[in-house]
Amino acid sequence: MHLALFFIFGALCLAGALNLLLQRHPINSALSLIVVMSSLAVLYLLLGAEFLAAAQVIVYSGAIMVLFTFVIMLLNAGKEERTRGSKLAYIAGFPGAAALLSLLTFMFLSHQGEFARARIGEYVVTTSELSRMLFTDLLLPFEVTSVLILIAILGAVALARKEH
Amino acid sequence: MVPIAWYLILSAILFCIGVAAFLIKRNIISVFMSIELMLNAVNLTFVAFAQQWHQVSGQIFVFFVMVVAAAEAAVGLAIIIAVFRARNTLNVDQVDLMKL
Repeated sequence: MHLALFFIFGALCLAGALNLLLQRHPINSALSLIVVMSSLAVLYLLLGAEFLAAAQVIVYSGAIMVLFTFVIMLLNAGKEERTRGSKLAYIAGFPGAAALLSLLTFMFLSHQGEFARARIGEYVVTTSELSRMLFTDLLLPFEVTSVLILIAILGAVALARKEH
Repeated sequence: MVPIAWYLILSAILFCIGVAAFLIKRNIISVFMSIELMLNAVNLTFVAFAQQWHQVSGQIFVFFVMVVAAAEAAVGLAIIIAVFRARNTLNVDQVDLMKL
């Protein structure tokens, strides 16, 4: 059950990410990123993070990606054109990413024996457990993030406003 | 029963696709979306390690990453709109000077 769900949603994640890389039109990339984020929410649920799975759907695939699609439609972004810079990026981009991937995969596989195996329901962080930690030990950072978001809202309004 | 290492390898693959997209994409919005993909890959790593050591703090980290990502997306998209107003283009190769 766990294995099947992991493979289905892991494959959806990979397909969405590859589609993001290969599509030339930003709106197609944005829609495939929504697929990636929604299937990541299922993987969070499998790893026992129920609050984060809900927050992933609401904040990421809900709020952030809607903002992205709005901006793409507002700016009427078309297909990206090929330039001289993109040829250089191909030469640097693919080997660099492949080298990073092989390094990371080698690290994880060589330490595979030290990692546990995840079972569904073995360790589930409930929302009350998470919020107890957030509102007692980490109250100050939590309050500081609310100020951060307020500043971000003001900054976004100030930046996007039309100048007269 | 799935080994935690598989989750970590999945997130490594997602992160590397994000790096490749960041370097290859020429549209400024696509570049910004690949940053979001990298943030998501790192979030999956945090949740996997929280499961590995049965600690809540990994999930707390993800919560804060999500908050910062939301703020970053709002400000970043506002900057993209401002850049588009000034230059009338979304191609990163044509936005390589600070001066107008």
